This record gives sequence, C-alpha cells and structure tokens, in this order.
Amino acid sequence: MPKWAMVIDLDKCTGCGACSVACKMENNIPIVDPEEARNGRAMVWMDMMTTVEGDYPNTHVKRVPKPCFHCDDPPCTLVCPVGATYRNPEGLVAQIYHRCIGCRYCMAACPFTAKSFNWYDPKWIEGASDVGNPDVSRRMVGVVEKCSFCSHRLQKVKENADIEDRQIRDGEYVPACLESCPADAIVFGDIENRDSDVSRLSRSYRVYRYGEDLGVKPKVYYLARRTGS
Amino acid sequence: MTNYKLSYSQTDLDLTQTLNKPKRWYYVAVTLLGLGVAWGAGSWLYQILTGIGVSGKNNPVGWYLYITTFVFWVGIAHSGTLISAILFLFRVKWRSSVYRSAEAVTVFGLATAGLFPLLHMGRVWVFYWTLPYPQMGGLFPNFRSPLVWDVFAITTYLTVSSIFFLTGMVPDVAIIRDKAKGWRKKLYGFLAQGWQGTDNQWRHYTAAYVFLAALATPLVISVHSIVSWDFAMSIVPGWHSTIFAPYFVAGAIHSGLAMVILILIPMRNAFNLHPYITDHHLESLAKFLLFTATVVGFAYLIELFIAWYSHNQWEQAIFLYRAFGDYWFAFWALFVCNLLVPQLFWIKRFRRSIPFLVFVSVAVTIGMWFERFTIIVTSLAHEYIPFAWGLPTLTWSEMGIVVGSFCWFFFLFLLFAKTLPVVSMWEVKEQLDPPMAGKK
Repeated sequence: MPKWAMVIDLDKCTGCGACSVACKMENNIPIVDPEEARNGRAMVWMDMMTTVEGDYPNTHVKRVPKPCFHCDDPPCTLVCPVGATYRNPEGLVAQIYHRCIGCRYCMAACPFTAKSFNWYDPKWIEGASDVGNPDVSRRMVGVVEKCSFCSHRLQKVKENADIEDRQIRDGEYVPACLESCPADAIVFGDIENRDSDVSRLSRSYRVYRYGEDLGVKPKVYYLARRTGS
Repeated sequence: MTNYKLSYSQTDLDLTQTLNKPKRWYYVAVTLLGLGVAWGAGSWLYQILTGIGVSGKNNPVGWYLYITTFVFWVGIAHSGTLISAILFLFRVKWRSSVYRSAEAVTVFGLATAGLFPLLHMGRVWVFYWTLPYPQMGGLFPNFRSPLVWDVFAITTYLTVSSIFFLTGMVPDVAIIRDKAKGWRKKLYGFLAQGWQGTDNQWRHYTAAYVFLAALATPLVISVHSIVSWDFAMSIVPGWHSTIFAPYFVAGAIHSGLAMVILILIPMRNAFNLHPYITDHHLESLAKFLLFTATVVGFAYLIELFIAWYSHNQWEQAIFLYRAFGDYWFAFWALFVCNLLVPQLFWIKRFRRSIPFLVFVSVAVTIGMWFERFTIIVTSLAHEYIPFAWGLPTLTWSEMGIVVGSFCWFFFLFLLFAKTLPVVSMWEVKEQLDPPMAGKK
C-alpha cells in the first residue's frame, strides 16, 4: 500500500503563490469577501505563511506554503464526533463533507490550523460558478474542508493503473499545486517506495517538519534553505 | 426570627403560599426575561438562516462564546446534585431547605447548557448524527471523540437529575394536589403519582431516594470531567493537561454554589422564607464556596507551576500569552474573582452579611465565566503556528444568544418558583418535632 507524502523545497520556492491559486481553482474553493477574509475566514487549502522579519529598510519576507500535513497520527480524526474526517489506508487524511456537522472540533484540534470552514453559503467567482472542476464536489454552508492532496486525481490514476494492470508510477499522481509550481519546489509521491523522489528527499539532511515534538508525524516535509536566512 | 415556632401545619402553610397568585413584579420580570429569550431565539434563527458566520468566530478561534457559555452552564448545574445527593448521603442537615432550589438550578442549568452544542454546530439540522441510532448505511458516531462522550454525559445527567428532582418532590406535590382544583389538580395529581403518604409508601420512597442519590453522586464527578476532556484530549497548548478533570469539577461546583446563593437570597426575600432559609444556611454555603475557591486557586497555581516546571515551550508560551496577551483582563479577572474575593469568607461577619454574599457570588459567577473564556479562547488564538494566530470578533447575534441563555435560565426558574414548592416540605418536617410531641 503506498503512502502519499509531499516535500517542499524552500530553497527553490520563490513564494509566488501559484500553488495557492492552482489549488483554489482545482478544488472549487469558494471565494470569501475581503472583510470576511480579514476577520480570519479566508478559505485556502494551500496557505502561504508570510512573515516579515527585521525593520525597514532591512526587511526580509519569508513565505512558506502550508497545505494540510496529512499527519500519520492525525489529532483531528480522533476528535470528530461523527467520523467525518479519517485517515485512509494510503495515509490521506480525508474529509467527508456530507457527514460533517460543523462542530469545528477538528479545526480546534489541528495544531497547524490547516482546515477551513464554510461560515456562509459558499460563493464562487461571478460567471465561474458553472465552470468549476467537475471532479471535486462542492461544499455547503456549515462544513469543514481542507486539502485532500487532490485525491480525486488519485482516483483517475488508479483506474488507469488498474486497466493496464501495473503499479502507479512515481510522479504519475501529483496534486495541482505541484503542477503549477514554476520552481519545481514541490515533490510528491509514495514515501514507502524507497526509490521515489519523495522518499529520497525526505531523507535529506535539510529536512524538517512542523510539530515534530507533538508526535503527529506530518507527511509534508520541508527542505530548509541552504542560505541560512 | 428565633421565636418563630415551626410546626408541620405552619410549614405546609408557609411553603405552599409561594404558589399563590403572583404580584405584579413577577409578571414584569417574566415578560422582560421572555423578551431576552426572544432576542436569543431570534439570533439563533438568524444564524441558522444566514450561516454561523454571523457569530464572531473565525479560523483559529472556532470555539468561542458558545462553548465558553456551554461549559459555564454545565458548571452551574453541578452544585445542585452535590447539595441534594452527596450531602444527603453524608446526612448534612442544612441541605434540606436549600436542596430543592439547588436541584432546580441543576435541571435548568442543564436545559440551558444543552442548547449550546446545538447553537455551536454549523449544521444544527443534522445534530442527531452524534447519537448512536440504527441506520441502514451502518454509520455510527465516533466513540473516540470526547464530543460523543459529552453527548452521553449531558443526556445522562439531565435524565438522572430530572428524575431525582421530580422524585424528591412527590410528597410535597401531593400536599398541593389535595388543595388544588381544576387543571392544576390534574397536573399535580400526575406529578404526585398517587402519593397517599402511607407507611408502606414512605418505606419504599425513602429507600428509592437513597438509591437515586447514590446513582446521581458519581455523575457530579463524571459529567464535568468529561466536559473537561473535550479540551484535555486534544493537543492544543493550555488544554492538553491531566489536571483538567478535577480542576473543572472543582470549578463547576464553585460556580454552581455561587449561583445557588444568588438565587436563594432574592427568593427568600420574595417569599418570606427567612425561617426556612436562615443565615446559617447561607453561611454554610459560603463556607463551601470558600473551600472550592481554595481548590480552584490551587489548580490555577499548579497549572502555572507545571507550565514553568515542564520546560514545554508551547505550554509556557500560552501561559505568558494568557497573562500578558490580548486577553490579560480575563486571566487576572479569574484570579481576583475566583480566588481572592472569596477569601473574604474567612471572616464570619462577611459570611453572614447579605450584601457581601451577593457581591462574592456575583464575582465568582463572572470569574468562572472568564475562566472558561480564558481557557478556550486564548489557547485557540495562539496555537502552534504563529502565522495562523488570530482573534475573534464580537457580534450582536452571538451576544444575543449568550444573554438570551441567561434570560432563559432565570425565566425557567421563575416559572418553577410559582408552580412547584421551592423548599422541600417533607425534609424540613423531618427535622421538626412531630405534632403532639411530648404530650400524653
């Protein structure tokens, strides 16, 4: 059984945010009014953690892409009262929107604030509401949603691999953020397969993960910058 | 009123006159509280129709005033069973004239608290998914979730405390039934369950009452422990702590006692119950409050100590944030209101002074609300990723629901005060000399 994981090379990442945009389009993520977004209700699955360090004019902007980390020991799935979020055998932490009652316990329990909530009836860009991605179901008011590692793409890849009676090839199943990254900073694949790029990079000396002292075993690995700052 | 001679017939008379036709202030109070309830209900309707976004919550702080007020009301509901069941088993005499009101506080506190998980849900229309019921698809709640334990804990507590409440009332209601006419006779007749006061009935009744008390006793401990595990079972800094269960139970009893004192004082004035609810009763409650204040204060200090001693950076950061961050006032309010102000009760003069009793009880009620607020909101506002830190906002509809919940509680209590006896007649009589005592 494969186990899907992601590596984000911060040395390559330019912080352009293409991954966020691609994710938003791929997954039919609703658009939120600016004032709502300022109140902390922006809906993004691939967030861009932006911090400005230092004082003007010697400032330094850090941008770190943050999807759901798809923890191997996820704290969010334990607390869901109805089992609307669970970890599937391939290591994807899945969210069943239609089962969600909207108690937001998983959001509270997630150490990385990776989930978004539909505070109102979702809205899409004017005129674009009928040209969304047909592979991804739309969410409704009052449910939690989050990055799925584009699991709808895995379905297609699996079907093809089944028809051709073979294993899924490394790099065959990739999420939308990876495809859109101009710097090739994102690598995705099966971490159980030692020959995969992801597995190789996850053993790099530059690797770190968020919340490693929490014991949740995130499956998104970051490669630290070589330049220091 | 030391020379007031209490007798069986006098007790019946004094304690059923509370049910006489109410005065004008009662109607005014019920109307005002009803308006408050209507504000809350309107806010809820607005929230259901528009989406839960009309409340002030946002992404890091997804649990806000509703869960704060939920824990507050569950806490309020704890002193009732403590006074009626645990003190009954310990044969504490002073409980007999206050326990009925305390039990009403429990039942109505739970009736208020039980609304909040529903108010809090993004999709309240599917709330029944948290219950285990047979379903064709085999879907079941997730029994590892503390929220599901909560559902069981609260419904069990509501069931048992309601049964205990109504059972304790049977002999009293029978007295009222005998005097009532018309539809009242039917209502009280139903509640009295055919009570005639025969020896056989009393024998079964007292036995059953002990069993019910023993059944309710563990719930005092378990329910708020389970509510505390809602927090302690997730790895949020400031929540993930083994001290939470005893700490929450002590806090629950603390706030519950304050609410009982706050209810008893105006009630005894309104109904002239001074011979039954004496200063001695209030003083006993005040001593109890002092005890719980010390336990709660100990828990606060231990939490701070462990945060420092553990060398856990997250835990330390969250306690520094609580004390000096955006909600510093809530943090210091809970220390002052819950720990320092009740220390006044070491002095007997303050324990027996009605204005001070009211002052301290109000302080504790406010302080305990802020305690839950501090625990819930500060921890969520400053979780592990600094980029995602954020603060919620305050909206009219959310405030309406919180204020409406207070109105709802007092509304229910006022209705109770005019329909059922607020002081247990049969238990008060147990402590009096029987009629003809000492005569041949």
